[in-house]
Amino acid sequence: MIGYVLRRLLWALPTLVLVGVAVFVLVRLIPGDPVQVMLGDAASPEQVADMRAAYGLDRPIAVQFWLWAERIVDGDLGRALTNGQPVAALVWERFLTSAGIVLSAVALAVAIAVPAGTFAAWRQGSLADLAVVAGATLLLSIPSFWLGLMLLLVFGLQLAWLPVVGYVTLSEDLWAGLSFLVLPVITLTLTEAGVLTRMARSSAIEVMRLDYVTHARAKGLPEARVLARHVLPNAFGPTWTLVGLVLGNLLGGIAVLETVFTIPGLGRLLVDAIFNRDYPVIQGCLLLTAGIYVVVNLVVDLCYPLFDPRVSAQ
Amino acid sequence: MRRVGASGWIGLALVGAFVAMALVALAWTPADPLALNLRARFRAPGGAFPLGTDEFGRDVLSRVMAGAATSLWIAAASVALALVMGVAVGLVAGFARGLVDRLLMVANDALLAFPGILLALAVMVVVGASPGSLILALGLAYAPSVVRVVRGVVLSLREREFVEASFVVGNGPVYTVLRHLLPNCVAPIAVLATSMLGFVVLSESALSFLGLGVPPPAPTWGNMLSAARPHLLSAPWLGLVPGTCIALTLLGFNLLGDALRDWLDPRMGR
Repeated sequence: MIGYVLRRLLWALPTLVLVGVAVFVLVRLIPGDPVQVMLGDAASPEQVADMRAAYGLDRPIAVQFWLWAERIVDGDLGRALTNGQPVAALVWERFLTSAGIVLSAVALAVAIAVPAGTFAAWRQGSLADLAVVAGATLLLSIPSFWLGLMLLLVFGLQLAWLPVVGYVTLSEDLWAGLSFLVLPVITLTLTEAGVLTRMARSSAIEVMRLDYVTHARAKGLPEARVLARHVLPNAFGPTWTLVGLVLGNLLGGIAVLETVFTIPGLGRLLVDAIFNRDYPVIQGCLLLTAGIYVVVNLVVDLCYPLFDPRVSAQ
Repeated sequence: MRRVGASGWIGLALVGAFVAMALVALAWTPADPLALNLRARFRAPGGAFPLGTDEFGRDVLSRVMAGAATSLWIAAASVALALVMGVAVGLVAGFARGLVDRLLMVANDALLAFPGILLALAVMVVVGASPGSLILALGLAYAPSVVRVVRGVVLSLREREFVEASFVVGNGPVYTVLRHLLPNCVAPIAVLATSMLGFVVLSESALSFLGLGVPPPAPTWGNMLSAARPHLLSAPWLGLVPGTCIALTLLGFNLLGDALRDWLDPRMGR
């Protein structure tokens, strides 16, 4: 078990370093001189040279990377070009907003998908199974931002039950804040439930074919107990892995949904930064999202042996 | 080999219909998808405009058809690029093993650490919004999953007798890989590529929706949806039409991908 944890931790390190290299290279690939961008067109050559020296941009590229990485590890991501706010605090605050939405949606989606998928697998080939599979495939095929727009059209504009534009944080006003989160969370829950249900169903089907399930039935256990005690724990693994991937993907993909619902989250911050050519913010968003993705998948893998002891044994 | 179920045929029909629509749009659309007609703004579907007109009086049917052509060709090109890059790297990693494999896989994992659309966003920042950069961005974003699949197949097969036999009769490694290992990757790649086409259509429309994909006035389903946002209440068809197209295309590719997987891998079926 400890060996497994250590191996997995060590494996994540080079990935994190490469993520850093990738972002470093990417930001330097952006056309235009960052110093010129930061100082504007009116800067004198001396100012440019000073700033170059201050940021170490006159040093060899390897040294630059080292200085850059040192600052990142210290948590210093620089300041936003547009408003001078420290990037680290800005990115973290926006991340918390996005993470709240993503986490609650994925938790709800799992709560729907696992029972639905297991039930469909249990009644495999029946009309109920067909309905679950068809429903899940349909949900999987609806773009989240379009579903969001349509829900907004119906519940926001036509029925006027929920607010359409704007955002209030939960700490400012709990109920108003929640009313802004209802539609985005429902939208994400629905679209993600599709993928997860299909995975839960197919892994439950694999497990139900195994001999020990037949044995459990043969010794007279009630079906509910066979499912809950024998099928579910063993079939949950692949779904759990998918949860990790879904979480990471959502953090990157939520920009579209945040645009639809005008939520000031991480994705929206990144897209706005791209439009404003705000390089420190772009860099901060990319680093945080990719870093979180690595960490989430690490945590998912580390939790895996908790319900599937076969993994750590290997 | 199993028979292809009804859902597979539905998928094929949906994909076929949209491909046909795209091909027709290359040669003919009912009206010029770019022609402005300020006298015919926001016409509801019906009459001369079967799917209505948009905020500039442009014919929505023509725009949706032209959008199909753009979206599908970008998707096909992106998937092709992802396949070329992914297969090459996957074959090398799986066949070489050892240090080369380790290094390639660490790099691959780092790329995978950027959720698809985020990587595409990052590439778009560097190269700017245009169809060409979109293809590059989406191809790069989806190549790592191809690498994983190809490497897995090669790793599982390279110890088998037919590979050894190929060496024994004097074939070089390049010939052996291309002649004996690559064909074994075709089935899983076909399944992956089919569902990837759907995801790429989705990513492309998401990027265009954000304004980072194909720039207007050229119509794509994504930028049509984006333009429809302010007019949703008064002209709901502007949001319904392109959205339904994206969803149906995605559904088609998903059903087709499932059917292909069941057909090539009977173990997964019922």
